[in-house]
Amino acid sequence: MAILETNELSITFGGHVAVNTVSIQIPEKKFTSIIGPNGAGKTTFFNLLSGQLSPTGGSIYFKGSEITGLSAMERTRMGIGRSFQITNVFPNLTVLENVRVAVQSEAKVRYQMAAHFLHYKKFLDKAYEILEKVFLTDKAEMLAANLAHGEKRKLEIAMLLALDTEILLLDEPTAGMSLEEVPAIIAVLKQIKEQKDRTIVLIEHKMDMIMDMSDEVLVLYHGELLAKGTPQEIVENEAVQSAYLGGDFHGQST
Amino acid sequence: MRLGNIDKTTWIYLGIALALFIVPFILTGRSAQFIMIQIFIFAIFAMSYDLLLGYTGIISFGHVMFFGIGAYSTAIFMDRLDASIGALVLAVAVAVILAAIVSFIVGMLTLRLKSHFYAMLTLGLAGLFLVVAEKWRPLTGGFDGFTFRVPDLLSTSESLYTLSLISLILIFFGLRRFTNSPFGKVLMTIRENEERTESLGYNVLHYKVIASVVSGVVASFAGVLYMLSLRFVDTSVFATDITIDVLLMTIIGGVGTLVGPILGAGLVELAHHWLSGLSDVHWIFERWIILYGTVYILVVIFFPLGIVGTIRKKMAKRTAVQARSIKK
Ligand SMILES: Nc1ncnc2c1ncn2[C@@H]1O[C@H](COP(=O)(O)OP(=O)(O)O)[C@@H](O)[C@H]1O
Ligand SMILES: [Mg+2]
Repeated sequence: MAILETNELSITFGGHVAVNTVSIQIPEKKFTSIIGPNGAGKTTFFNLLSGQLSPTGGSIYFKGSEITGLSAMERTRMGIGRSFQITNVFPNLTVLENVRVAVQSEAKVRYQMAAHFLHYKKFLDKAYEILEKVFLTDKAEMLAANLAHGEKRKLEIAMLLALDTEILLLDEPTAGMSLEEVPAIIAVLKQIKEQKDRTIVLIEHKMDMIMDMSDEVLVLYHGELLAKGTPQEIVENEAVQSAYLGGDFHGQST
Repeated sequence: MRLGNIDKTTWIYLGIALALFIVPFILTGRSAQFIMIQIFIFAIFAMSYDLLLGYTGIISFGHVMFFGIGAYSTAIFMDRLDASIGALVLAVAVAVILAAIVSFIVGMLTLRLKSHFYAMLTLGLAGLFLVVAEKWRPLTGGFDGFTFRVPDLLSTSESLYTLSLISLILIFFGLRRFTNSPFGKVLMTIRENEERTESLGYNVLHYKVIASVVSGVVASFAGVLYMLSLRFVDTSVFATDITIDVLLMTIIGGVGTLVGPILGAGLVELAHHWLSGLSDVHWIFERWIILYGTVYILVVIFFPLGIVGTIRKKMAKRTAVQARSIKK
């Protein structure tokens, strides 16, 4: 069953059609990847799914009910969480605080004003648990602004994990990471996949990663859905190959 | 709460607070005590301002209106009812409720919009309050204002000192709790990145409006204390100069901290006092605004984080260096 569905979803930026009548179904508790060259509209498509942008046409459904008009906040509360391609953390808070604020939201501790946050030890424990997963434990007390780029990417993922949503939308989580850091992130994604209780949607360029993990792959090209299928089907798809200029989509790294 | 749970900085603050209670026995002069009282009052006011500016990232150009609401409530109740503690309690209640209502309405109207709307609407409303205070002569005495008596209990300089200091201490620790609560952390994430806070599932508008209300209420209480110390009210309690004063106090001391505005209030009030003493020497010392502009520019250039912010950053750097050298 599809947990997330779009029907003829489109958005236009002053004449430029960034996403063009895309209709897809994201199967529940499966691993779906979205690929496509830079500028294909992948991030914009995520922005539509998570409510950062409102579509100029079409509709979005979550578990069968329409969510097209809902805000980003409402969609997160419903269970659609996302990470950002351009790192989007809180620079003047510590790494731990960044994650804790996300944990706090998930736990619905929103308006408590009188108790010191240290009283909420279970949130701290959960935040530390997540930091350990992404290998940031020793950076917990550092200001997020002072992290290296790859570490900020990890924090971005940690914040998504902390939200503990049914759907995880990951926008190029390993982009700009050093090669040594990538396996750790792949391990985290695999672990979530193996729990089989989450729906993962991943935007990536690293084809080996996609071939290895995806149940289904969607290809966006000039804002349109060019193809969908199993990883094997996509590799063999001629339209996809010509879109990537003769199958040159191994080793795309941007 | 067990004593063992209280952290070191809290003990330091408590120590300083206790020491301040002894000051009136040393500084026995009325004018010295008066300056200290002014510092305490403006420290409270500046903390309330920093809750908006430093913690939540909301700019207000009319914060003085809450101060003025507190001031006029007190003056009018003392004048019209009687100079009793009962009337004072009533004045505080009215001030707090009025400030809460006004800050709630202003917040609901503007905080969902871009940040300058809040700044402009508060500025406009403060101007409106000023005009009303000027025109509603029978109640306010208009431009000239009026003098009034305060409850006997608070008529000595020492008792007022004690009341202001106790208020400062309670509000400081209260706001410290507030900013360190789960709620307070969300205010900081709003300051850092509003959209991201929303996408984590927080209703940003609710947080901003609540911050606006808490800030307005605290500011109105500062206005109440101010009246008890002056025993005279005129329309200057709604003047934009006062907003600029607290803005300066907050920025000099360090935005996003509570100790910063207290230090800033101390420095600015002392500078006021000292400079007005110099006005006999040269007319330029009467022109606050020139000096302010200069100080303001210098601070923004050399201490963009304010005093407390700069010290904190230095200390954070040092601990980071230490941590690194320990690892090696
Ligand atoms: N907010 C925006 N305003 C105008 N154009 C945009 C905006 N966001 C994206 N675009 C344009 O939409 C196209 C798709 O961008 P994007 O979704 O970021 O691609 P991808 O993530 O696949 O690399 C690009 O041409 C980009 O310039
Ligand atoms: Mg992108």
